[in-house]
Amino acid sequence: MSEVSHPKTIQLIITRQEGPDSTPYKEKFAVPYRPNMNVISALMAIRRNPVNAEGEKTSPPQWEMSCLEEVCGACSMVINGRPRQACTALIDKLEKPVRLEPMKTFPIVRDLVVDRTRMFNALKKVKAWIPIDGTYDLGPGPRMAESKRQWAYELSKCMTCGVCLEACPNVNSKSSFMGPAPLSQVRLFNAHPTGAMNQAERLHAIMGKGGIEGCGNSQNCVEVCPKGIPLTTSIAALNRATVVQSFKDFFGSDNQ
Amino acid sequence: MADHDYGEHRLHSLLGVIPVGLFLVVHLTVNYQATKGPEAFNQAASFMESLPYLLFLEIVMIYLPILFHAILGVYIAFTAKNNVRNFGFFRNWMFLLQRLSGLFLVIFLAWHIWETRIAMALGTPLNYELMAHILSNPGIIIFYVAGILCAVYHFSNGLWSFCVHWGILVSPKSQKIGSYVALAVFVLLAYVGIRALFAFI
Repeated sequence: MSEVSHPKTIQLIITRQEGPDSTPYKEKFAVPYRPNMNVISALMAIRRNPVNAEGEKTSPPQWEMSCLEEVCGACSMVINGRPRQACTALIDKLEKPVRLEPMKTFPIVRDLVVDRTRMFNALKKVKAWIPIDGTYDLGPGPRMAESKRQWAYELSKCMTCGVCLEACPNVNSKSSFMGPAPLSQVRLFNAHPTGAMNQAERLHAIMGKGGIEGCGNSQNCVEVCPKGIPLTTSIAALNRATVVQSFKDFFGSDNQ
Repeated sequence: MADHDYGEHRLHSLLGVIPVGLFLVVHLTVNYQATKGPEAFNQAASFMESLPYLLFLEIVMIYLPILFHAILGVYIAFTAKNNVRNFGFFRNWMFLLQRLSGLFLVIFLAWHIWETRIAMALGTPLNYELMAHILSNPGIIIFYVAGILCAVYHFSNGLWSFCVHWGILVSPKSQKIGSYVALAVFVLLAYVGIRALFAFI
């Protein structure tokens, strides 16, 4: 047994909301401490016994989860003021009481569940894929340099979790800015030798409404990204790429 | 404006440096002549006033770019939802200060242009005595110190943002060194601006 004495219960303050248009309120919970708990297991303990800190029976707070190993992004929420994944938020390492809030940048479905549809819409808008479908086999594509593959791989770690959008001061209800995550995907797919064949389409997409112009360089995204993706480098690289593209569009020919 | 058009945001960034930023450097340099005495300042000011097609230069190189930069800038400032309390990172603070200094400058510049350039157009001679008279009020001195520091900050941090927005500074290392260069620009121009200001007091 460990020598360190642990508290018997863990206090949690959860910002709750019955539905998309309901008024949010805070509810306190106390769950029995177990070693190696994370925020998910604390929420599961509440779900098993949905009683708040005052001893009143309540509805169990809702949240989303899937992989439980920080690769899917589903359990993102604001924990003690910071957006992050609940699965890797270990109770032992968190300040108590643990404050859980939904990522309010997104429409709230219920309690800690948010609707991240806007991110998937943005990925569609910027064409974050490589179009190779057709009626016949196109054969193998061009090869990618290993050195390039290495940094492109880092960009491919994005799990569309929404943490960077939550931290960005320019992603909010007053702006149409799509946020850092979909922008970085443009760099990823433009880096791919086959994807590069459609790079002008993607650049034009981010030169439109809600695109790269929304970035104001607060650089919060790169600080909070759980996967350590160099988001600000991606955005700066795309700034250069879009400037070059706009010059080609205006002065040049053969610019697709 | 609500659709974040790429071109007008790039133009906003460009105009902030050329010509508005360049004008700021020239303006502070002319002011600095005051450290050599009233005659030196009056001579430098009258040289600026003696430039040919002055009104055209002023409108094209100063008024229109500043108006465009200010109007789109106020819109940009009010589009942000600042969050330095939860995310107190260096760049996020610079982001907030860029917006606050810009908003203050809209007020400061309106005041400053009113009591200097517009006063001159209405017949008051623009010379050392005019500035010395304006700066005889301690409240106005504080207002001008704040205005100069905001202008210099907004320019030097904006120079950094310009380099990022135009794809000049891309790598994290170059952006970091760029921050130090911007800091040096801020310190040097702030010295020039503030020292010139106190030459009128």
